[in-house]
Amino acid sequence: VVEGLALLDLGVSPYSGAIFHETPLIIYLFHFLIEYAELVFMITDVLTAVALYLAIQDFNKVVFKKQKLLIELDKYAPDVAELIRTPMEMHYIPLKVALFYLLNPYTVMSCVAKSTCAINNTVIAFFILATIKGSAFLSAVFLALATYQSLYPLTLFAPALLYLLQRQFIPIKLKSKSFWLYTMQYAALYLCSLVVIICLSFFLLNSWDFIPSVYGFILSVPDLTPNIGLFWYFFAEMFEHFSLFFVCVFQINVFFYTIPLAIKLKEHPMFFMFVQIAIISIFKSYPTVGDIALYMAFLPVWSHLYRFLRNIFILSCVLIVCSLLFPVLWHLWIYAGSANSNFYYAITLTFNIGQILLISDYFYAFLRREYYLTHGLHLTRPDGTEAMLVLK
Amino acid sequence: MLAAAALLLLLLAAGPGRARRDALREELLLSPLPAGEVAATFQFRTRWDADLQRGAVSHYRLFPKALGRLVAALGVRELHLALTQGFWRTQAWGQPPLQAPAGAELWVWFQPTVTNVDKAWKELSNVLSGIFCASLNFIDSTNTVTPTASFKPLGLANGTDHHLLRYAVLPREVVCTENLTPWKKLLPCGSKAGLAVLLKAERLFHSSYHSQAVHIRPVCRDASCLAVSWELRQTLTVVFDTFSSGQGKKDWSLFKMFSRTLTDTCPLASQSKVYVDISPKNKEKELLEVTPTPASVHEAIVQGDKRTYAVYDLLSPSLFNTSRSLNVQLKWKRPQDSCYIHYQPAQDRRRPHLLEMLIQLPANSVTKITIQFERALLKWTEYPPDPNHGFYVSSSVLSALVPSISAMKNMDVEQSPLFTSLFPSSDGSSYFVRLYTEPLLVNLPTPDFSMPYNVICLTCTVVAVCYGSFYNLLTRTFHVEEPSRGGLAKRLANVIRKFRGVPPL
Repeated sequence: VVEGLALLDLGVSPYSGAIFHETPLIIYLFHFLIEYAELVFMITDVLTAVALYLAIQDFNKVVFKKQKLLIELDKYAPDVAELIRTPMEMHYIPLKVALFYLLNPYTVMSCVAKSTCAINNTVIAFFILATIKGSAFLSAVFLALATYQSLYPLTLFAPALLYLLQRQFIPIKLKSKSFWLYTMQYAALYLCSLVVIICLSFFLLNSWDFIPSVYGFILSVPDLTPNIGLFWYFFAEMFEHFSLFFVCVFQINVFFYTIPLAIKLKEHPMFFMFVQIAIISIFKSYPTVGDIALYMAFLPVWSHLYRFLRNIFILSCVLIVCSLLFPVLWHLWIYAGSANSNFYYAITLTFNIGQILLISDYFYAFLRREYYLTHGLHLTRPDGTEAMLVLK
Repeated sequence: MLAAAALLLLLLAAGPGRARRDALREELLLSPLPAGEVAATFQFRTRWDADLQRGAVSHYRLFPKALGRLVAALGVRELHLALTQGFWRTQAWGQPPLQAPAGAELWVWFQPTVTNVDKAWKELSNVLSGIFCASLNFIDSTNTVTPTASFKPLGLANGTDHHLLRYAVLPREVVCTENLTPWKKLLPCGSKAGLAVLLKAERLFHSSYHSQAVHIRPVCRDASCLAVSWELRQTLTVVFDTFSSGQGKKDWSLFKMFSRTLTDTCPLASQSKVYVDISPKNKEKELLEVTPTPASVHEAIVQGDKRTYAVYDLLSPSLFNTSRSLNVQLKWKRPQDSCYIHYQPAQDRRRPHLLEMLIQLPANSVTKITIQFERALLKWTEYPPDPNHGFYVSSSVLSALVPSISAMKNMDVEQSPLFTSLFPSSDGSSYFVRLYTEPLLVNLPTPDFSMPYNVICLTCTVVAVCYGSFYNLLTRTFHVEEPSRGGLAKRLANVIRKFRGVPPL
């Protein structure tokens, strides 16, 4: 950002070099705030935490109401009393979410490093708040801002849409007219805000330079500086012939889980949002620890799933150890020259596997709880012995 | 009638003899200090051709009566009193014109006629304490010394019996407005006209260093030194720092420093001048510009250095001609660091960085240009065959026109040797030179070149793990497990158990 500002002051387009890849709105924001940079990043983190707090507070109310409705409709099996969530248990969850975000070492690290990822997180947090509160317009505007900054929040369109439909009590059937009407409305709001923001950026800098620099950069991954993701080494060691093919494969990988997850989790859009944010954080082309901090902030919301998690101990150990080893092996490779790039790469792999297994573990626990709620906690086989659950 | 005329003549004859027996000269020296502050030194010198020791003086004009009577009554030969707040930072500010220790310092040489020096010393300190409103009455035998080697008399002296010298210093003494007011009252014009107009307490004590002093000593009346005159010197040194109190600019003016300008001259002064030190400082690239333009420039050798001073004579009528007040302003002019910068940033795999700058290099100085850059990790096919040799950063080019010391005559190009005409120059006053810096060899971290297949496999495995888990969770549902007969291992285990007599699995 500092390089971009310096180039702007010199009268050259900030995108003429290969270093600056942020959007024009960010340049103009920091044009005025560059002296107070530390304060700005602290305030964005606080805003994110406050937005998450308010969002989860509202979400808990919705969850409780839905649970009450389902109990009254007798949808639950008789012996699932211990799985029902009580207000007492849910009381401190918003505070825990806010604290999880603020006290997460990843958040602190990205605040100290003054990474613009913090601003992305704030926009996404406000988007979630707007969605939960039910305001389609604000939700579309924040989603457009988030997409404008980094391309991937586009996939959050689906969970937001599902949540708003649920809130409006519109059934999700492909034949229903009101479903399509609402979808069109929301899509129109979203696309119009996106177009407005892009045109505003054009007028700020009087050129379309920013589109290849920002979006082309995200999609085509030209810069191979090592980060905590999977892309860089893959493309550093790739044969030129297959480079384009694999770039397309990797990018499709991010967007491609949306539809199946939407179909499976259409009753539970917030969990869908959580899984989607996690998938974006893991598979985006330039991940940072700030993205990880955002989805980890949601973990207290699903703390009632703890009894169904299978590998939580191992996964926490893997994540902690890998986070500690990252800077060590980075230093050894780049500065000391005594370790190989493979060391760092191995830790990258392990860290990402840890994250993936964490998400799928939570997914598994969620689905299992749903099964127990509808079928009862103590399952018996036809011959009376205790039964085991498998996925088939 | 004749007697009356004779008396009148006598009076008239005596008149010019008695006129102008004392003279006041005042001057102000403004010197910019290397670190950006400005030191202002005021000096008011009253010289009185009278002999205070005879005690026959009753008519005081310019010389303050309080001090005159003190000198006469207590038999003081020399008196030096200094009140200082702050410390002169010699390392940052250079040598001071006048130095004094922090606190109050008093050293006095008594006349040989004084019998009980200690009693006179005690009385003197008490009287001075009253005159200057300073706690000099705390001077007693616990903080008085009699130096033998230093503090020799600065004025006329017949012999130096060091028993007549007393020296005391009170470091705890604080200087404030109460001390400044009586000091100003000793001046002939007070603080109403002349240079003393600038001495306002609210600005003077808002400074990094403040020192006011009173020095009385006997001097020769003229070159033959047959008679003694008394000289009273009042000096005040103050160092202002705009960086902390102002807007951080290094431009100065009398108004900014003292919040006053010079409006009038003291009619009692025979000389009233302002000196501004405009010596060029070679270490800095900045030039000092003084407005209004000085009438004359004075060069002197001060403390071993040759210094140039701009002189403003307040008594010359032309100075206050244009405006009613004189506000001397000092402006720092930075020469343009670079008039032209052309920067083209690099694009990966397309073009390199290009930075061109046109700079004016000042003489006898060092200019440093630094650039920070990062190299991106390359794809493995883009590395040269010996990647661990490192990467070269090409040399920078410096092209310059250097003024030539000796003028070159236009010579016939054909007849002169070949190397004189390498870079033709149009005029003989400068020659062209092109210099190159050393190239840089940077050792950069490389990826492991033996790993492409392994990397592809492992990364795809990780992606497949994710895909697999999600596929599992998305396409399958929970079912109660059907009882099964068990696999081969289970059947084998059951057979072994039957042999052991243990219930089967």
